[in-house]
Amino acid sequence: MSDASHVSDVVLQTRDLVRTFGGGRTLFGGQKPTVYAVRGIDVAVRKGETLGIVGESGCGKSTLARMLVGLDRPTEGNITLTGSDMNDLIARDRHALSRRIQYVFQDPISSLNPRKLIRETLAAPLRYLRGLSGDALNQRMAELMDAVNLRPEFLDRYPHEFSGGQAQRVGIARALAAEPEIIVLDEPVSALDVSVQAQVLNLLADLKKKFGLTYVFISHDLSVVEAVSDRVAVMYFGRVVEQAKGRALFDKPQHPYTRLLLDSAPVPGKRGLTVEDASAELPDPLSPPPGCAFAPRCPRAQDDCVAKVPDAQYGLENHDAACFHPLNPVTSA
Amino acid sequence: MTSNAVTGPNSNPHTNAKKRSARPSAFKLLARNQLALMGAVILVLVVLIVIITPILPLPDPDATDPAQRLLRPLADGHFLGTDHLGRDLLSRLIWGTRVSLAVGISASLVAALFGSAIGIVSGYFGGRTDNIMMRGIDMLMAFPYILLALAIVAALGPGLMNALYAIAVVNIPFFARNIRGVTVGIAHREFVDAAKLSGKGHVRIILTEILPNVMPVIVITISTTVGWMILETAGLSFLGLGAQPPQADLGSMLGEGRKLITTAMHLSAIPGAMIFVLVMSINLLGDGIRDVLDPRLKSGALARPAPLTRIDRTDEGAGTTYPDDTILAVDELRTEFVLGDDSYKAVGGVSFHVGKNECVGLVGESGSGKSVTALSLLGLVASPPGTIVGGRVMFDGKDVYGMSEDDVRDIRGGKAAYVFQDPLSTLHPLFSIGDQLVEAIRAHNAVSYKDAWAKAVELLGMVRIPNPQSRADNYPHQLSGGMRQRVGIAMALANEPRLIIADEPTTALDVTVQAQILKLMNNLRNDHGTSVLFITHDFGVVSEICDRVAVMYAGRIVEMGTTEQVLHHPAHPYTKRLIDCVPRLGEPDRRTSAIPGLPPAVNNLPAGCAFADRCDRVEDACRVGSIAFDDLGEGHGVRCIKPMEGADV
Ligand SMILES: Nc1ncnc2c1ncn2[C@@H]1O[C@H](COP(=O)(O)OP(=O)(O)OP(=O)(O)O)[C@@H](O)[C@H]1O
Ligand code: SF4
Ligand code: SF4
Ligand SMILES: [Mg+2]
Repeated sequence: MSDASHVSDVVLQTRDLVRTFGGGRTLFGGQKPTVYAVRGIDVAVRKGETLGIVGESGCGKSTLARMLVGLDRPTEGNITLTGSDMNDLIARDRHALSRRIQYVFQDPISSLNPRKLIRETLAAPLRYLRGLSGDALNQRMAELMDAVNLRPEFLDRYPHEFSGGQAQRVGIARALAAEPEIIVLDEPVSALDVSVQAQVLNLLADLKKKFGLTYVFISHDLSVVEAVSDRVAVMYFGRVVEQAKGRALFDKPQHPYTRLLLDSAPVPGKRGLTVEDASAELPDPLSPPPGCAFAPRCPRAQDDCVAKVPDAQYGLENHDAACFHPLNPVTSA
Repeated sequence: MTSNAVTGPNSNPHTNAKKRSARPSAFKLLARNQLALMGAVILVLVVLIVIITPILPLPDPDATDPAQRLLRPLADGHFLGTDHLGRDLLSRLIWGTRVSLAVGISASLVAALFGSAIGIVSGYFGGRTDNIMMRGIDMLMAFPYILLALAIVAALGPGLMNALYAIAVVNIPFFARNIRGVTVGIAHREFVDAAKLSGKGHVRIILTEILPNVMPVIVITISTTVGWMILETAGLSFLGLGAQPPQADLGSMLGEGRKLITTAMHLSAIPGAMIFVLVMSINLLGDGIRDVLDPRLKSGALARPAPLTRIDRTDEGAGTTYPDDTILAVDELRTEFVLGDDSYKAVGGVSFHVGKNECVGLVGESGSGKSVTALSLLGLVASPPGTIVGGRVMFDGKDVYGMSEDDVRDIRGGKAAYVFQDPLSTLHPLFSIGDQLVEAIRAHNAVSYKDAWAKAVELLGMVRIPNPQSRADNYPHQLSGGMRQRVGIAMALANEPRLIIADEPTTALDVTVQAQILKLMNNLRNDHGTSVLFITHDFGVVSEICDRVAVMYAGRIVEMGTTEQVLHHPAHPYTKRLIDCVPRLGEPDRRTSAIPGLPPAVNNLPAGCAFADRCDRVEDACRVGSIAFDDLGEGHGVRCIKPMEGADV
């Protein structure tokens, strides 16, 4: 891809995105504790690519995902969707936003209303976002069910009559119904059985090709992210600590945290994980440490690490990590 | 790919069976409840009568006839007699019931409408809206209930309509609080977010997503309060604040009768009995409705399960012999659940053994019977519905199912200990972890509290909890998930068990923490010679920790061997495909091929091989008879008539 095209084909971009929860004053004027969920995130997603975001529980993945689709608003920073500001889009026309970017939930069963037929759930986006009704609506529903490999008679069932994998396919069909350009997938296969995971991952790959979709794929599972992503960002404690194109991140990790993640993931047929010291304490989201959040666990930490927050330049093509003493340092960006 | 769209049995027979049979038969369930049925019959009778009251050949209830005053029941022309003004009591009773019922029901509906609206809006929007609305409700609730009703009537002036308003208003907070609680739980569910993204506005979401889910609670609340409301209306009328003379309602009749209670008892007894019958029948029916809509609240539903799984064996295993150093031997174990007319063969003949200092893995998909196998070993499956229907379990040379309850309890937490996926389920939230460890130690050993505490601290150190002395005083919620799981393991280690049965102990943990726990368990094995039965669905974890591994499918072991044999030379097509369908770190280009379809439901297993419908090597012979478990030599065995030879993975 030539350099000139980069600027134009970015469809989704965040700048200095921050989201805190709590805060404010108590009844007696005291300061309520503030939880820092997302602490300054810059990511860009290019048309047609899959951006993988990987991180452990509590690192702010879902908070980020919810902001990307407009279910939550950032405390600071902004999100732009092909150049227009997300806040403006929401203020002007929420439906227009939902027609462009959709979401697939982690828990397939609880993302379906237990008291409604699948037909009603699936009809909602077609009716309210795409203005369909009558025969056109029914025909489109049949097409969508076909696209996710479900039989049309499943439309007249209740969610509890589905297995997890089937329910997740309904969730995907609902996202597709809006005909979005971008789908944010928040741990779409984590709740599924391994044999069903592969069915859903393959389906997602087929749909992407067929409809020219752009994915933001969030997961805690490195091997899944590695298999599906064109570009990968690693999150730790509310920030992106490393980002790279393609396999680079897995082949030559720069951030000690990425290294730790890779070393901790068990691989079938291999034995001997390297394990960090059990005394390593996770940072407290109520009072983020100064400097690098990973420093208390980092085997490479030095004095400068706790003095200043390490910075990184994340581009569309380069590989960089927010670390003062990276592994496998790369000279050229 | 279309073959994935299996219409077939759901993989979770649990929900399937329950919902399928419950849905169409809510009325049947209600009818089965005899008390509720009786209530319903009485109520329907009363309602029918009051509906047709205007066309009944009754004398005018307000027509006075001083000549006929205070007639006893069964008097000529006045079946129930007359009152002090000579009015016909039967006519007044029926007309009065009509009024009381109408007022009571209307008051409930008004209270339900406003109360639920407040509750839903408040629970859905939360934040400031919630705060303001709920403070208002709190203020209403701060007044004594009946005083508030009296105050409202006093302000509006006596009269039936005003009594209705008063009763409705004082009951609004009750509905509002109830419904708000339920709404808060629903408003944060993912399907509400999904509806927002589907383009639905707040009003639509409230009406079409939230309301249907809250409706059963509203109905329950109405059905259990309408009786009280009738009583309250009667109360106000009794005090002269409701129905005004000459109009009759049950309360005012009671009030008028009270003055003559010594001379004409029937004047108060008859409306009193009517109130009793009415409220009783409504409450019985209300309880019945509640039991059907929310079975958890049913009285007596919180029955305690038996301490030991019910054992009702048709056989005691095949008598297989195992090596000398075996700590646990399982021989053709079968456990079933009976739900309604269906029996689910959750464990359908499982045999394996765990040697001293050995770690054996039990791998399989959700619902394959791993957990039920683990729980059956020491009779921990809940009964009902679970029953051990066949086979034998030998622990340390002794037959577990032949032991007394006390002996089995002694083994649990003593020589054999469980570690579960969710450590919170085994830790009590209100006791410090140190105290819980002490308790576990003292349940099996007669040691002083002080010694046990010292041992507890030592255990916490052993599972590498930093700073064990001070951490022992922590409560479970003060620990991270990984630390809690380490406490769970410390608990299991409290009495130096010979065997640890770990059911997905790391599944809920982050990979970095999982790595620590796996290392910890490996160390324990090396240092203390403990044996481990490790249940997981992750072949990576198996490679890391297990010596041998058994693969389960639909309640049976389909392949068993050393970790090396099973992972590198799988013989069962299912094993091979299960390994193939997970992406593997470092091999992003390896083809991950999905297994089409779903496992069969264990209440409806096919004849022959349970994997046949999903197997690409299937042939006719696979679908007849039962498939034997064949020995391939060197401890490798497979349940397949066409095993794959030397397949390399
Ligand atoms: N209390 C119960 N009542 C009825 N059926 C049950 C009960 N517990 C389990 N089952 C059924 O027994 C079968 C085996 O369940 P089990 O929990 O052993 O599976 P598992 O392999 O441990 O799955 P997972 O990986 O999801 O933990 C399932 O069909 C399940 O629905
Ligand atoms: S900045 Fe320092 S502490 Fe942070 S990851 Fe790099 S080396 Fe470790
Ligand atoms: S017995 Fe037949 S159907 Fe079953 S796994 Fe073997 S080849 Fe496949
Ligand atoms: Mg289980």
